[in-house]
Order: sequence, then structure tokens, then C-alpha cells
Amino acid sequence: MSVQPRAEHDERTYDVIVIGGGGAGLRAAIEATSQGAKTAVVCKSLFGKAHTVMAEGGMAAALRNVWPEDGWDVHFRDTMRGGKLLGNWRMAQIHAQESPDRVLELEEWGAMFDRTPDGLILQRDFGGHRYARLAHVGDRTGLELIRTLQYRAIELGIDVLMECNIQRLLMDDGHVAGAFGYWRQTGRYILLRAKAIVLATGGAGRSWRVTTNSWESTGDGLRLALEAGAELMDIEFVQFHPTGMVWPLSVRGLLVTEGVRGDGGTLKNKDGERFMFRYIPEFFKAETADNAAEADRWYEDKKNNRRTPDLLPRDEVARAINSEVKAGRGTPHGGVWLDIASRRSADYIKRRLPSMYVQFKELADVDITKEAFEIGPTCHYFMGGIRVDADSTATTVRGLFAAGECAAGLHGANRLGGNSLSDLVVFGRRAGLHAAQFAAAQRAPGAVDPTELDAAVARMRAPLERQGGEDPYAIQSDLQDTMQDLVGLIRTQSELDEALVRIRSYRERLSRVSAPGAARYNPGWNLALDLESMLTVSEAVTRAASLRKESRGGHTRDDFPKADPEWAKVNVVVRRTDGELALQTEPLPQMPAELSEIVTGEGKATAAAAPHTT
Amino acid sequence: MSEAVEPARREATVRVFRGEDRASGGFVDYTVPVDPGMVVLDVMFRVQQMRAPDLAVRWNCKAGKCGSCSAEVNGRPRLMCMTRLSSLPATEPITVAPMATFPLVRDLVTDVSFNYEKARTFPNVKLAPPGPDGKRRMYQEEVDRVQEFHKCIECFLCQNVCHVIRDHEENKAAYSGPRFFVKMAALEMHPLDTHSRVEMLRAKHGLGLCNITKCCTEVCPESIRITDNAIIPLKERVVSEYYDPLAWVKRRIFGEKEPAAPAER
Amino acid sequence: MATTALPAQRRALRRDLWWLEPLLIVVGLGLFVVYAFVTGVQTKGYHYAPYLSPFASPCISANCETFSFGRALLPAWFPPAFFVVWIPVAFRATCYFLRRSYYRAFFWSPPACAVPDARSAYKGETAFPFILQNVHRYAWYLAALLWVVDVYDALLAFRFPAGFGIGLGSVLMTLDVVFLGLYVFSCHSCRYLCGGYLDRFHGRPFPYRVWSTVSRLNTRHGVFFWLSILFVVLTDLYIRLLVSGAITDPRIVFG
Repeated sequence: MSVQPRAEHDERTYDVIVIGGGGAGLRAAIEATSQGAKTAVVCKSLFGKAHTVMAEGGMAAALRNVWPEDGWDVHFRDTMRGGKLLGNWRMAQIHAQESPDRVLELEEWGAMFDRTPDGLILQRDFGGHRYARLAHVGDRTGLELIRTLQYRAIELGIDVLMECNIQRLLMDDGHVAGAFGYWRQTGRYILLRAKAIVLATGGAGRSWRVTTNSWESTGDGLRLALEAGAELMDIEFVQFHPTGMVWPLSVRGLLVTEGVRGDGGTLKNKDGERFMFRYIPEFFKAETADNAAEADRWYEDKKNNRRTPDLLPRDEVARAINSEVKAGRGTPHGGVWLDIASRRSADYIKRRLPSMYVQFKELADVDITKEAFEIGPTCHYFMGGIRVDADSTATTVRGLFAAGECAAGLHGANRLGGNSLSDLVVFGRRAGLHAAQFAAAQRAPGAVDPTELDAAVARMRAPLERQGGEDPYAIQSDLQDTMQDLVGLIRTQSELDEALVRIRSYRERLSRVSAPGAARYNPGWNLALDLESMLTVSEAVTRAASLRKESRGGHTRDDFPKADPEWAKVNVVVRRTDGELALQTEPLPQMPAELSEIVTGEGKATAAAAPHTT
Repeated sequence: MSEAVEPARREATVRVFRGEDRASGGFVDYTVPVDPGMVVLDVMFRVQQMRAPDLAVRWNCKAGKCGSCSAEVNGRPRLMCMTRLSSLPATEPITVAPMATFPLVRDLVTDVSFNYEKARTFPNVKLAPPGPDGKRRMYQEEVDRVQEFHKCIECFLCQNVCHVIRDHEENKAAYSGPRFFVKMAALEMHPLDTHSRVEMLRAKHGLGLCNITKCCTEVCPESIRITDNAIIPLKERVVSEYYDPLAWVKRRIFGEKEPAAPAER
Repeated sequence: MATTALPAQRRALRRDLWWLEPLLIVVGLGLFVVYAFVTGVQTKGYHYAPYLSPFASPCISANCETFSFGRALLPAWFPPAFFVVWIPVAFRATCYFLRRSYYRAFFWSPPACAVPDARSAYKGETAFPFILQNVHRYAWYLAALLWVVDVYDALLAFRFPAGFGIGLGSVLMTLDVVFLGLYVFSCHSCRYLCGGYLDRFHGRPFPYRVWSTVSRLNTRHGVFFWLSILFVVLTDLYIRLLVSGAITDPRIVFG
């Protein structure tokens, strides 16, 4: 059965297509292929260039190579507490239990983590993790992960559709039937027919001005899911990484790994004060050093001292930095100092943090082995995303799965550093597995409605055919300013209202957007189409932020500065009905008693939990 | 904290290659305002925003980590995101051209599929079984050497600058290029890998075509010492297996039996 | 907005002084080859007791002015340098560092990075004659042996008729063997032979330590190449000047 729309297009048929070529997408494709499904990965960029390469510090897994006291239960506890108890307990449990196997599997496929003296995988300290838990490769762990998965995918002969941008999911009677988009290199349209689809499209941080995210992170998967009838959850929780570069302007927002602090870097304000001691929340008091002497001792003797507040979860640190700068204690360019040079030798820094050294040397003329450097918060990660079933990663749409940053649940209100890379492989694998199983149960891909293709083509072609309309770059720039200024780290009702008004005006401008030139590798046109996703997600974030009238994790309200126990019981869920976004709150799933004891047993997680195997 | 000391360049003129094929395309000059600390990729964004919205530029992380924005800046293969304006002469236009070795898609974007095809032509790692305690052990001293190769961001600048294929199109079929010598060196020197790719390197991947002129090392943005640490050690391994005079004499006398065929995947 | 018509591919867009390095190599190597040829065909003037020019060492033919091993081992058909000079020639000609330099400077393939090759056909080191570069390792064995003889010569350079002493010639000959040694033992083939062939270093501390040391030296292989050449020439020149009587050798002899 073939379809005949008026626009010429390529057509391919698979059992499973995975949209997104980052860590989660590749892991899903590897699993689906291993299950016997004919699988393709669609990447918006070249193969192996996804945002995963920006993950620097490591991947969290209770391997117990450095701390035998660690275990999945401690990791589970840290993840839930870091997420301000809003995370999905089942996802956090699966994640903590399965991540060690996923790390070892990467090693099997060629990854080379740093080693302990005994030849095992070395683990490093990171914010919010009770024990040194992050398997890492210097400060380029994400690169190692994606390269390993990339060559594993090549080994399995998986089809990779590079520089291919999916603009629409196609439905047949309530379940997915395929996807439609275009090749960026030629501008040709492509129809992918499939029995199951995995979304692994990452976040949408590109809508902020100061961000670690590349042009790709426009939230396509979130929009596609909404349009297909799936739901978003926790979308108000956007992580601002505490340490991004602030100067020069051209690199503002560029990520500075948490590994700098994990390996001995301390935060200081312009007076040289280690201000983090003033920002230790009640919730973490028991396990955090309250004076510089103890914090300093912790670096050398971790058993008998509490950890430095420089390594509190990211939301706490980002807010503290923001407060210091607002109080006039910031650095010349509006950040705070991060200083590793006074604690560590130049050799140590260059060995542990080679790419940070080069990044500052090349881009800012700063030698981090000799001097402190300026850092400030930068938009980094979406805790929220597509609502999925914890075990199967299935969305509410039949045949549609989601994993990685574009899925919600694991991280709750705030993600711990290092939990992202393990999230990618744990839930990427599950997505691939369940998508393949779902596909195996279908006889053939669903039918494709040619009029749907026509509509998609008409929408995609419009900016090219329109003359002298709105400039896509200008809309994007305005949106970035709006989200940065009004829906940033600290939020308040009036600003959120204003943001919503502006986003609606951008949507109106987007309807008149025009992109000069042809379809062949035309970034202006590509952006004009991606703006649809950026605006949809921005609206969802703004409205969810407006609804949640409390401060929790990555969502801080100036007008509701405290966490509200009532809001701890609900997630904000976003749906699309009649072309409009509709929001409502829904209760969290109930955590079983034995798990909730692990979480509440203040620092007394059962250290000797039996190692878990899958 | 030192401030970037740069000449007060208020605007920059870039001479950018535009076109869909090399014969009909040409260089176009654009002058745009610039700020201190900018890199060449920032200037390309300014050109897109202010002069040519359809200027084709491939980029992703803008942090020297993904290897997407490879181009030739003033004739030298570079990452645009890591090339600061202050490192270039302010007195003349900055020439920005696409990588010369690969077919042009449009403007600064080339079709680098050559590399992705080559990536499929050798067996991946296959590890020896774990030790008696079920664990695999590798030690930092043996991992160090391989980790240098794993720093590769696949920007393909080494492939682009390598004259074996840059200037001799006909060698493309028989030559995999520095990127894949680095990759295969990483596999060959992996402490636990069980495959041998040495004979394959000689016969199938054209290791002998490399004349170690070290341009790959010169352009590598990750400072991987490609020639000294990957290519030459591989050449030495080929010598051991193939050019050792005793082995050669033995092959001549006892028939044409070539060294043990590498295990196929 | 002006369009400049420039075919993008076949033209070097580099505007820096890319031709400077190949030019320096041509001049430097050219001078050395000329000097080596002139000095190599001499049958006299390379020995000024207790100094022996490295060009003529080991001196083993019947027409030698002195005998390295006490007596002549070969008949006097050629100038003494001819009997051994092929070893350093073979070693240096196949040296990975020098190959890089002369492929660039003399063969122009390529003259500099991102500058087009001079020739249209290219077979690299897969065909005769360059396939012979693969003998580098075997030339290294011989060069290492020769270096031992040079060390012996350098030791003899401290033995004056009146007893132990130090002359400027002894110092030069010592520096010469030091740099020759650094050059020979920073060789890429040497690096391979002493541990580079291993995939596992754990449990093999000795090869690992040697390999690490050679690896560190190897990063300076090119520098040692030029320094060793410089000191071979200086030593030879110095001895020839002594023989010609143009200068005298400052020395302290302890008796």
C-alpha cells in the first residue's frame, strides 16, 4: 500500500524508528535492533554530534568500586531527594538498579573509563551524590558515551538518517504510523513508515539566551508528542546549571563541568568569601559541612567529614549564585568566582579537567590552573518532558515511546549531575526494547493519510514561498530574551503573564515568517520550522510555571518562595486539545512503604543493599 | 583574571564561499559589527542574522566538543567555534571556505559521508572474557594511550587536510585516512581487544599511502598526536607482521601464504 | 557586496609564510649533504689523536689513519668513510621525522598543510622506492650498534698520550654522542621495539618504564635530529681545522 501525495518525497519503512541521535536514541536503536526489529535512527545533525557530547562530568551508577558502602538504594535515595521528592519513584528505582549494568555494557562495547588502582572503573564525587559514584573519562564522558554507542550502532548495521528533521508524526486510528520531515542537505521531504516510534529528541534549552544547548535543542519531540496526543509533565522544571561561562559574551552560557567542584573547586564572591555556607537548606544540613575547615578536610578525608556545600544539588547552588550577584557581591561580568587553582596543582587540573583548561585558555584567555574564573547560571536541562510509563517508557499514545531528556519523571524537580548519562542508557534501552516488542506485535505499519502529508508539506513550504515576512532569527532572539528575563531561574506571576503575552505575539509573527533562499541546507528555513516547537514548549513551560505556586527544585517563584507540601503531591500535566494547550494537576504515584523508608531515613539508607542484577 | 587584550576591532569583513558547487560558486564579502571575544562562528551568525539568512553553516555545540563547524579559515583547516578573531590579522578580510576534500553541499557545508562509510569497514572491539571474579580489569597506564585517541571529536579536519585524498581523489577508495587510523589504533592498542586489524590496515585501509607529513597532527583541534602516537605505531606493527625480512623470506619460500587473515566481524 | 571569483579547491588559500619551513629544510639539509659529501670523500684529515671524526668511525679500512679495532679489517678501496656511512644514511633517510621533512620540502607532497601537492599521481609508501621505508627498524639496529662505537670513540677522546685529560675536542665528541644517542633512542621504531608493541603494560613495569621514557624523548625526535647533525658537523669540522693547523686544541691533561 503506497501513498501518493502531491509533493515528491522519499519513503522508507521500518519496524521502529528512533527520532534523536543522542545517547538515549542510539541506545534505543541498539536495543531495538538486538531484538530483531528493523530500526532506523533519525538525527537532526550528523551522526555522533548530539548534545550528549556536552555532558562532561560522568555517569552515575552505584558500581561500588570506590565506595563499597554505596548501593542502588543509596543512589535511589539521592535521586529522589535531589528531585525534591517529585520524581517518579519507579523510574528512580529502575534507574538506580540498572545503571551499573549499563555502564559495564558500555565498557564491553569499547568505552574506556578512568581506572582505580585496582583496574576497575574509577568514580568521582558530584553534587547531591552521597558517595563518589560517577564513572567518567576526564571531563569528556558524554563524548565517550556517544562515540561508544555510535560504533556499536555501526557494528549492528543500523540505518542512520543524518541531517534529517522530523516535522510531524503520522497517526492511524490512535496509534503511530510514521513520521514526516525533510533532509536538511537537499530539502527533499521524507516519509518514514513504522510500527513504533521512540522519541529521544532531548530538551528545549535553545529558547533561553544564556544556555548550554545548541541550535538543535528546540523541543521538537515535545511538540510532536503533544500533537500526537501524548502528555507532558513537570515541564516547569528547567535546570539552570550553576556554572556556565559568563565572559566573553560570545561564550556566555558555555558549560563548565560540575567536575571542577567535584575535583576541588570552590565558589567565592567578589570579596573572596566562600558564600555557599550561608545557603545550606535545612533538607541537606545533616550531610553538609557548615564551616570551611570541615569542608576542606572533606576533600582529603571523606569518611569523617561532611561534604562541602559547593556540591549541593544544582538548583541550590544556582540560586545561591543568583542571590550573591543580586546582592552586589558578584564579579565584574555578573557571575561569581570558581577557584580550583588554589587547591589543586596545575598537573592535576590538566589531567582531570583537560577540556575545561583548553576551553578557558582558548576562549577566555584565562588559565584555570593559575587563577579563579567567572561563572554563572546557564540554562541546561529539562527535568520535565513527555509523560511515560516507568517500566516501558510508553507514552499515552499507542506505539509511541520516549526516553532521555525529552521524557519526564526520573529527575522530579531537579536533576542530579551524572544522572543524565545513566538515564539515557537505562531508559534508552527500555524504550528500544518495548518499542521492538510493540512493533513485533503489529502486522504492518499503520496507514498514512495523504491529506495529512499535503498539510505537512504546505506548512513546511510556507516560509519559503512567503516574501518579506517576519525574520526567523529576530523571532528566536526575542523569544530567547523573553524566556531569559521572564521565565528564568527566578519567576514571578506578573513576569510569567507578560511572557505568555509575548509568546502569543511571537506565534502570530511566526504565522508570517519568511525564509529567503531555497530548501537546500537553508538554516533560516530550518529555524522558521523549529520555532513552532520552541514556541509550543515555551508556552507550556510558562503556563506550568504559572500554575505551580510554590518553589521547588528547578522552579523558583519569587512570589511563593517556599515549598508547599500540597504541591509536593502533584505533577502538572500538559495536553493539547483542539489545538490549544490544557494544563491540570494530577497526583503523584504512591511510593511503596519500603522505598519511602529509604528516602526518609535521613542519611541512613541501608548501606548494604544486595547488589541488583537485571 | 586577565581581560582579553585585543585590538579594538569594531567590525569584521569576512570573505565567505557561497554556492552549491565549486565551479559556479565564489567568495562574497560581508562586513558585520563584532564584539570582543568573538570567534569566527559568531561572525557567521551575524552574517546570517544581518545579511544572508540562508548562509549554510553546520554547527552544534559551539564549544569545540562536537566537531561540526570545520572549515578553512584563511586557508587553514580549523573549527570555526574555536578560532578567535583576535588570532587573525585585523587588516584584511577573513577568508572562510568549506573543507576542500569533501563534495560541497552548499556554502560552507560539505558532504562528509565518505567518513561515515569508512567507519563501517573495520571490526569493532571484541573484548576478552572477564577475569575469574567476573570483572574486567584495565589499568590507567595502559588506558592512557587509548584515551588520547578517544578524544577525537570527528571533526574530520585531519581527513580534510590529508593530501592523500585532498589532492588525489582516486585514492579515496583505498584509503581510510587519519581519523580511522586513530580509531583503529585505539582498537589495536585496547588492552582487552581480541581482534587483529594489522594486515587489514595494510591491505584494505591504505596505511602505506600515508607519508607521515603530519598535517593531520597539525590541524587536530584535540591535539591528538595522530602521526606519532597512532599512525607510526601502526606502521611499525605492519612492519612486524608483513615487512619483517625473515617473515618475508619464509613467505617466498613456502608459498604465498599471507599473514593470518584478520578475524572478520 | 563584491563577489570574488576564486575556484575554491585547487588553490591554496593560505596567506601566511607556509613556504618558510620547507625552504629552511632545503637549505639546512642541502648544506649538510654538501658538507657530508665533501668530507666523506677525503682520505685524510679526519684523525687528530685522540680525536676521530664521527664521519670516519669506525675506521676499519687499510688506508685509515688510525684503526678503531687495532687493525685493518677491510682493504683500501674507498675513502674510509664509505665503509660505514651507509648505516647513518639508511637510518636517517628512513627516519620518520626526516621523511616528513623531505616529502614536504623536496617532493612537495605536500609542500605545506592545505597547500596542493606538486604531482598528480601519488602512491605514498606502498610502491618502490618508498616502500623501502619499512626497513627503518633494521637500520635502527645498525645505527644503535654504530652509536656504541661512537661512544667508544668519545671515551678514547679523553685518553691523551700523557694520560687522562679533557680537550675541547673531547667535549665536542661527547656532546656529539649525547645528541646522537638522544636521536637514536628517541626513534619511533625504538619506541615500538621497547614496549610500543604491547597492548598491556600492567604487570610489565620495565617495558612500560622504558617505553614511557622513549615516548617522552620521542616528542623531541626532530630537535635531536638537527642537533645531532649539527654536532657531527661541528666535531668533524673542528678535527679538520686541528689537522690543518688552523687552530690548536685547548686541553687540560691530568697526567
